[in-house]
Amino acid sequence: MSLRSKTLELIRKREQYLQGGGEKAIEKQLSMGKLTARERILAILDKDSFQEYDLFVEHEARDFDMSSKVLYGDGVITGTGTIFGSPVCIFAQDFTVAGGSLGLMHARKITKIMDHALKLRIPLIGINDSGGARIQEGVNSLAGYGEIFFRNTLASGVIPQISVILGPCAGGAVYSPALTDFVFVVNNISKLFITGPEVIKTVLGEEISMEDLGGARVHAEITGNAHFFATSEYECFEQIKKLITFIPWNNTRRALPFKPKEPKKEYNIEKIVPGDPKMPYDVRDVIRAVVDDSDFFEVQEFWAQNIVIGFARINGETVGLVANQPLYLAGVLDVDSSDKAARFIRFCDAFNIPIVTFVDLPGYLPGIDQEHAGVIRHGAKLLYAYSEATVPKITVILRKAYGGGYIAMGSRHLRADFVFAWPSAEIAVMGPEGAANIIFRKEIMEAPDPEAMRKQKVKEYKEKFANPYVAAAKGYVDAVIEPKETRKLLVHSIEISKEKVNTTPYKKHGIPPF
Amino acid sequence: MSKKNDVQTNDRIKTIIIDEGKYKTLLTKKYLQRKPWQSTDPTKVTSFIPGTVGKVFVSEGDFVQEGSKLIILEAMKMKNIITVPYSGIIKKINVKEGQCIPKGHIIAEIDIQLENKQ
Repeated sequence: MSLRSKTLELIRKREQYLQGGGEKAIEKQLSMGKLTARERILAILDKDSFQEYDLFVEHEARDFDMSSKVLYGDGVITGTGTIFGSPVCIFAQDFTVAGGSLGLMHARKITKIMDHALKLRIPLIGINDSGGARIQEGVNSLAGYGEIFFRNTLASGVIPQISVILGPCAGGAVYSPALTDFVFVVNNISKLFITGPEVIKTVLGEEISMEDLGGARVHAEITGNAHFFATSEYECFEQIKKLITFIPWNNTRRALPFKPKEPKKEYNIEKIVPGDPKMPYDVRDVIRAVVDDSDFFEVQEFWAQNIVIGFARINGETVGLVANQPLYLAGVLDVDSSDKAARFIRFCDAFNIPIVTFVDLPGYLPGIDQEHAGVIRHGAKLLYAYSEATVPKITVILRKAYGGGYIAMGSRHLRADFVFAWPSAEIAVMGPEGAANIIFRKEIMEAPDPEAMRKQKVKEYKEKFANPYVAAAKGYVDAVIEPKETRKLLVHSIEISKEKVNTTPYKKHGIPPF
Repeated sequence: MSKKNDVQTNDRIKTIIIDEGKYKTLLTKKYLQRKPWQSTDPTKVTSFIPGTVGKVFVSEGDFVQEGSKLIILEAMKMKNIITVPYSGIIKKINVKEGQCIPKGHIIAEIDIQLENKQ
């Protein structure tokens, strides 16, 4: 046989394997409003950049008549490619082949591409669309999951890991996405849960739809398992591509800089924050008023909305933003917002992304539910994450910074490099009302008109302590700045922090309050 | 920038009190859905897990000793033995064999009799 005819045979064989589960299965996939695994990969990667590996891998299962079954690619497509020129490793489970079920060779293909990503020090994108373990392969299937989880953990903090849920992802399978840095979900398509509706019905007698149990909205709003929510697969792919532009290839690099751009004129920083510290505003407008092109890429937009996190660029450099959101729950810290911010800070720290914090919070959310949900342990994560982070940390106090909230939100005491305060900042041990009632309790009680006395004492306390100058006098704040100077100072601070050196005592690893 | 104006008029804006300060703000879905706390009543034995009631060892009016068997609750492929938390008289049994019960279901009510503890 000539090389020519052998090549033709390869082309024929390849074509056959590229069909995945065949026409019928593909039709079914499309009828569910889903793209095929291959279409997904091609839509995410730069044109013609996808190089597939292990197309001809076959399963070795013998039991239950499996030896007679041919599963093309064993239900998963793996390979490398680029996104805006940046290299990535990628895998996509193919639901058209045995429901994307995970058998031994399927898992081996995934762990092989994970090993590649870790060795090549480039991001990993995993697209999940699978019915779960391939039951016919028994414990080998479990071994496969375990090997994947182990590699997710090993790669954590070394390369960015992205999970895209485009179909069911149930049972043990959910733990790979849970171990990765960013989880993308699409409305009506993503389904994530440990125990499905059927088991819940049998055991509990409670009926719930898959969508209400573990749909995209649930994970974007209630559980916080998802970081990005989209209404279509294509919107989701745009989000993935955008994220890739903000993050570096690995933990020894910085994100690639962009051409600096001024914020849009419509965001006037002097007109966003109300003078009355009790009135709300959207802190994202403050962020947009200082970042390049007013382009703020929010993470976990719909979960724990009382804190805002996300990426943007300042003078072309990626920064991670953390900001209390007075628009929701007055911007308090609570269980979820502490978890949300702490994890994001650790991501930024691992991948050399400076952290810019905007502070405006009255304190922690009071409530039995919060105390019993462990707000002590969860709140501690935020202190831990800020203290531990060695990337440049710049904190801007916009208005209220009371009590424990002041300490937690990237304060000087947790090793912030630069702390700026607006003239509207109120850095105090607690809000004026609460403080006055404690300090002047006796005077208020004994006054002929306690209410008038209370008002007067609150006013006195406000005048004396509800300002940035008490903290500035101690050097806890480096500079009190005009709001319009904010961007200039952020640009300067990030510029001069590029060679920042931090010393942390040797340790194998810390023990954060998980 | 658009949101700033509706903040003044938006009827979803509520007041939340922190350290006696009253703040105007929106509430989150999760905050609105939080369940009120209830103190536990020692006279009521509740299920710690949803499941199916197996054997019921006691009848109403029985005097039961702390630690003795109350019912079997089959859940998670296990036959869990639910025991009596305090000695006393079974005032009421709210379950039948074969019944599926949710978590927190009151299985039985006990008239606790501490003096009879020995």
